[in-house]
Order: sequence, then structure tokens, then C-alpha cells
Amino acid sequence: MKKSWGVRIWRWSIISFVGAYLLVPLYAMFDFSTKPFGFQDKGRTFRAWTTIPGQPDLMPAIARSLITAAIVMALILFLIVPTAIWVHLKLPALRRPFELLCLLPLAIPAIVIVVGIAPLYRWISINLTESPLSLAGVYSMLILPYTYRSLSAALDAVDIHTLAEAARTLGANTGRVIFGIIMPTIKTGIVNGSFIAIALVLGEYTISNLLNYKTFQNVIAQIGRTNGNVAVSVSLASILFVLFLLLLIPTKKRRNAVLDVDLV
Amino acid sequence: MTQTQYKGTGSANGRTGSRYWRGKSAYLGVLPFLFVSGIFLLYPTWNVASGAFQDKTGKFSLAVLKEVFNSAVARHAFANSLEISAKTAIAGAILGGLFAWAIVNGKPGGYFYRVAVALSSVLAQFGGVMLTFAFLATFGFNGLIANVALKIAPNSFLAGSAWLYGMTGLTILYTFFQIPLMVLVFLPTLENLKPQWREASDALGGKAYEYWLRIGIPILTPSFAGAALLLFVNSFSAYATAATLINLSDFLTPLEIATALTSETGGANPAEAKSLSFFMVIVVIIAMTFYALLRRRVSKWEQRR
Repeated sequence: MKKSWGVRIWRWSIISFVGAYLLVPLYAMFDFSTKPFGFQDKGRTFRAWTTIPGQPDLMPAIARSLITAAIVMALILFLIVPTAIWVHLKLPALRRPFELLCLLPLAIPAIVIVVGIAPLYRWISINLTESPLSLAGVYSMLILPYTYRSLSAALDAVDIHTLAEAARTLGANTGRVIFGIIMPTIKTGIVNGSFIAIALVLGEYTISNLLNYKTFQNVIAQIGRTNGNVAVSVSLASILFVLFLLLLIPTKKRRNAVLDVDLV
Repeated sequence: MTQTQYKGTGSANGRTGSRYWRGKSAYLGVLPFLFVSGIFLLYPTWNVASGAFQDKTGKFSLAVLKEVFNSAVARHAFANSLEISAKTAIAGAILGGLFAWAIVNGKPGGYFYRVAVALSSVLAQFGGVMLTFAFLATFGFNGLIANVALKIAPNSFLAGSAWLYGMTGLTILYTFFQIPLMVLVFLPTLENLKPQWREASDALGGKAYEYWLRIGIPILTPSFAGAALLLFVNSFSAYATAATLINLSDFLTPLEIATALTSETGGANPAEAKSLSFFMVIVVIIAMTFYALLRRRVSKWEQRR
């Protein structure tokens, strides 16, 4: 369709204004991260970027955050997804309560969850473990709404009752039906949910900061207090990394993942 | 034993009985999930909800709720929170909506489309520490634009960075992540606009502005308002950005909650934190209810088309 000049002018002025709003701060980060610091530099320097791997707390924090993300994904795969399938298959009466439970985190801001959960994590750190990996528990609840939306869409699209009956007739047990038959058919929904898990765990600040756990975001904040250039370059690097990951995933599949925040 | 099962009513009862129990035993399947969500989701929710109605000794009382409700500091923070959420929701919805329109009007599936959508998904999650760094690098001391302003117009407000640490600065920072979220939420709606409607309007002699005024805007209004409510909740709940940018503990309700929760100088007051949280949740639930109602209208319309 040929576009009129009016539309084109409008379109490009919107793109340049909003684009500048979004991109200038990102460029400013790059600019800031290559500024000289200390006494030995003149002009531009990439010293902040080259010192990233040597930062004392950074690499362990990234590793911990990734392990936490893996635990969250395992909880999605072996707990949340099977329960969702189970409720769809066997307990139609529970569908509505289950949905409400899954959407509950949307109504509770992270800061409020911290208030409610602080005593629990105090107990956990005294009696069980001080490891930040225990945050996987609350994180898996935070992403419930997103997981639920992409799962229920996927489950509605497939006739899982027929699939389950066919599998049972051919002699599959319940575990086989859930993990071997139904889960592969809703693979896309599960992959989407897992992707959100990584993004959430790497970006979470509120809960881990107030509960005093050293996660990725908190370590960046800590570096920022002593060395702004390095902190800014780490931030920019992680943004570019996630952007790169996103561009690798085909657009169609991914879009449903991120914007599935419908309530109804 | 086996023989007795085949005669009399007892056996029939026995069989229904076993089916009855088999039906009930399906409920055992949700127990693991109920256990985990009970610990990490229902317990904290209950803790906040019940804690708001207790005094410091754990007895039922409305004292703390009333105290928080009447406190000038809490009211000021709450008003600030509502103001910044409303402002950034409207600004984000308008700018993001326009940007979404610009994306849809490009080549579908083209390079610009892909990059813009991917960038939006990244930046919508881009709050907190990193966002603060980005704007400090732009407008803060020795920042990109601050340095330029210092050379061109040393007397303008851009040359200094004091404005960044108040309502204006926070509004600009919040809008930064509201725009991409709006793009993500609103893009599917725009893509669902049927080109036939525009063609019909054109064929009947309608001008472009008439199409938007009489068809486009009325159709899009419910989902636009719904998206704006979502943005409102998003910035109302936001804590990380404000916490890393400014240290004024009474400026916004989330900051006040964090102070009441963690203060180490004797100010820690979990009861107050719970009461403040309670008021926050009420606002979020009201907004989400309206959102749900609007979405129902949208999905009705989408089914009808």
C-alpha cells in the first residue's frame, strides 16, 4: 500500500522522537563507560570493559543467578506445568480457583511480597540455608501469571483429553501421559515461560535487595558505588546480551511470551 | 471374599465407593503445587492481609491502619505515588501507542519491526539499577547531555542535575520503561485492526482524520484504556528505580514500605509496612478489576469481528 506524505512525516517524527528517548540514554551509557578514569588514561579508553571479568563478586553472582533461573525453570517443568495439565485433565472443578491462584501475583506488587515473605526467609536463612538460590521459590511464584497465560493458551489449543485417552488406551501410565505425550505438544508455551524465567531472575532487584541477597543486580549496584564506569559497562553489556538473545528467537513465537498479561 | 463382592448391594456400594475415592484421590495431584504456592505465595499474602489488622502484640486492631491512613507523611507519599503513576501511565500510553502505530505501519516482519519489538521487550524489563545508571550517564554530573548543555546553555536546568532527583526526574525515568511496555501490550490490538475498515471508509469518501475519529479511536479506546491501567499498576508497584535513584525514604509509598521494613535505626515497624502494603494492594486490585472489565469488552469485540 502506498503511503501518503502526511503518514510518512508523522511516522518518522514519532520514530525519531521516541527513538531518541529510548536510544540516547543507551548511547550515553556507552559514552560514559569509555570515559577515562584514574590518572593513567587520556581520551577514550575501554579499560572499564576489559576489567569486567576481573570484578570480584560479579562472575559468581551471574553464575548464581543463572542457577537460580535453572531451578525456577525446573519448578515450572516438574511442578507448575504438570499441575496445570492435571487440573485441565482431571479436576475441571478446580480450574477457576487454580487460575485465580496463578493470577494472584499480578495483584501483589513485589514490594508487598517482600513484606509478607521476610519472616519466612529469615527462618530459611537461620534454619536451612543462606544461599541466594532459595530465592527460586518466590521467583517461581512471581512468574506464575505469565507461565499460566502461555500454558493455558497452549493447553486450550490442543485437545489434550483425546490425547490422554489415546495414550491410556495404548497402555501409558499417568507420568508418561503428562511428560511424554502432552508436554511435548505444548513445547512452545513451555519455552516461552522459561525465557521469561531467565529475564526475571537476571533483572530482579526489589526482593533480593531487601532480603540482603547478593544477586546480579545487587552486585552491579555495589560496583556502581565504587566504580561507575565499570558498573555502566556491565549494565550495557547485559542489555546487549539479552537483546541479542531476543533477536535470535523467531518473532512470532516470542511475542506471545512477553505480552501475555491478560487477566480474563 | 471375592465371591461376596459379586452379590448383594454391598458390592455395588463397594464399587461406587472405590470410584468415589478414585475421584477424590485426583485431588492429591495438586498437593505438591499447593504446598509450594502455600509457602511462597499464600502465606505472604495472608501475612500482609492479616498483619494490617493487628497491633504490635498480634491482637486484632485497626489502630495501625488508622494511624497510617491519617499520617501526613504516608498521605504525601501515597499522593506522590498516585501522581507519578498516573502521569507516566498517560505519557507512556500516548508515546508508546504512537510508536506502536509507527511500527505497525512499517513493513510487516521487516528489519525495523523485528528490532523495534525486540528492543521493546528488553527495555520494558529495564528498570532499577541499570535504568538509573543510564540516566545518570545522560543527565547526571559529567553526563552526555549535561556536558553539552553546559557548553551551549550553562544557565539552563539541563546543565545541573538536581531536577533528576525529584518528581520530574522520576517521571522521565519511569516513562522510559512505560513506553516499551505499551508497545508490547498495544501492538497486537493495532495489528488486529482490519484493513477492510479503512478501505470501506475510504471507498465511502471518508478522509483519514474521519476514519480515525469515527472508527479507529472508538474501536481502540477500550484496549488503550486497559493498557494504560496496566502501565499505571506497573509504575505504582515499581520500587527498584526510585530506590536506586533517590534516597528520600518518604517520597513514594514503596520507598516508605522498604524503610518501615528494614530501618536499622529503631524505625523498623513491620505493622506499618503491612498497613501501607494493604493500601497499595487495594489500589492495585481496583485498577486490575477495571482492567479485567475493559478486557472483557475487548474480547467480546474481537470475537464478534
